[in-house]
Amino acid sequence: MQIALFLIFGLLAVAGALNLLLQKHPINSALSLIVVMMSLAVLYWTLGAEFLAAAQVIVYSGAIMVLFIFVIMLLNAGEEVRSKGSRAASIAGFPGAAAIFCVLTFTFLSERVALGKTEIGGYLSRTASNIVELSHTLFTSLLLPFEVTSILILVAILGAVVLARKEL
Amino acid sequence: MHLSDFQLFLLITIVKIVVVLVITLTSVAYTVLLERKFLGRLQNRWGPSRVGPFGLLQPLADGIKLFLKEDLMPLAVERPLFVLAPVIALGCALVSIAVVPFGAITTYKGVDLFEIANVNIGLLVILGVTSIGVYGITLSGWSSNNKYTLFGSLRSTAQMISYELALGLSLVGVVLRAGSLNLRTIVNSQARHGALTWNIFGGLQIVGFIIYMIAAYAETNRSPFDLAEAESEIVGYHIEYSSMKFAMFFMAEYANMITVACVATLLFLGGSGSPFGHLFDGIFATGIVHAILPVLWFVAKVFMFLLLYIWVRGTLPRFRYDQLMAFGWKFLLPVAMVNILATALFLAYHG
Repeated sequence: MQIALFLIFGLLAVAGALNLLLQKHPINSALSLIVVMMSLAVLYWTLGAEFLAAAQVIVYSGAIMVLFIFVIMLLNAGEEVRSKGSRAASIAGFPGAAAIFCVLTFTFLSERVALGKTEIGGYLSRTASNIVELSHTLFTSLLLPFEVTSILILVAILGAVVLARKEL
Repeated sequence: MHLSDFQLFLLITIVKIVVVLVITLTSVAYTVLLERKFLGRLQNRWGPSRVGPFGLLQPLADGIKLFLKEDLMPLAVERPLFVLAPVIALGCALVSIAVVPFGAITTYKGVDLFEIANVNIGLLVILGVTSIGVYGITLSGWSSNNKYTLFGSLRSTAQMISYELALGLSLVGVVLRAGSLNLRTIVNSQARHGALTWNIFGGLQIVGFIIYMIAAYAETNRSPFDLAEAESEIVGYHIEYSSMKFAMFFMAEYANMITVACVATLLFLGGSGSPFGHLFDGIFATGIVHAILPVLWFVAKVFMFLLLYIWVRGTLPRFRYDQLMAFGWKFLLPVAMVNILATALFLAYHG
């Protein structure tokens, strides 16, 4: 069951990512990115990280990508045009991507022991929700990084307001 | 024939999905009729009364009319997205009903009968699916290749994203009280003394309920926030749509209304619990009535909430767009935050 879900949504994520690169129109690429994010959310869920899955859908696919699509819609971005730069990028890009893929695979395989492993669906059979554990960790042992991150986000919001005020 | 556990689970789940889907779609059709009838009575007229007894077959006639209309598609539209947009809108509206528990836990061979899927993060699933539903509106406006639909969809999308915050924050108080995101657990946390322990009364979440209600009206693009279909200034996202594609948007709107009513029932009105608590438990302790009665309570509460929707539509005038935004950001959001703070302090003090 879980392996079937993993195969379906893993393939969907890869297909969405390839479609993201191959589509000519930016809005289609943005929509493919949403497909990738949703499939990743399902994969998180099958690994037992249900809160992460929900946050991924609500924050990334539901809010941030809407803003991306807004920008694309309002700028009326046209189809992409091939230029000399893009040809050079594709010549360098394919071998580069293949090299990164090989390095990552090699690292994951050779450091298998150090990275540890998790079972697909292994945490789903537990009745207790892992949100409780997550919030305990966040608000006890990781409290300082958590609060510092929120202050960082606040600063970013204030910066955006200051930048936007000049335009008004 | 002997079925394994998994096959049985699969079979019952598929049956559940089909039954819930049929009931939801039927109730969508009849919510439209309810709205037209009730709105008619509010305005001192009859509403639809010609087709069938009391106009009860009117939804059928509407459906046939929409099916048989010509499906126009303007030449300049972005074809795949133009077709996909209503599907996204309707699909998202219908999916979120899957995590709603309709009745008390009643298992048949280990499978819960009155809920399609009991997930730990049911509330977040509903919020997530709702936030994906925004794409239906955004894409429909853009793919129609018409500047008025683009404006309309921008307005609706901005409205939905703004009010989503207040909507989500208004629910946090309830989650704090229940200590869980599981909808079943939230319902059970209100079940001790019937109506006295519902979140809206005994749980002191009346402020949260009012914020939720207002935000939900805006979230479903309903009056008094129905700028997407404002007759006097009509720039809606769906003006290029006709026939079944338009009907899908229409059905999505009413399905969203039903989902919102279900969530309000579960979170604030005690879900499928009886308002009398365990007072009359002795009479129907077992048997089919014991299983069916909670479902009836649930349906009655959802029905009340839908009536409230229509009542508000018949009573209040429409907001202007800047008023709508100012109200959402400058009033609802701060009040929702104060509500969270007050609930958290109260729980910390008492717990």
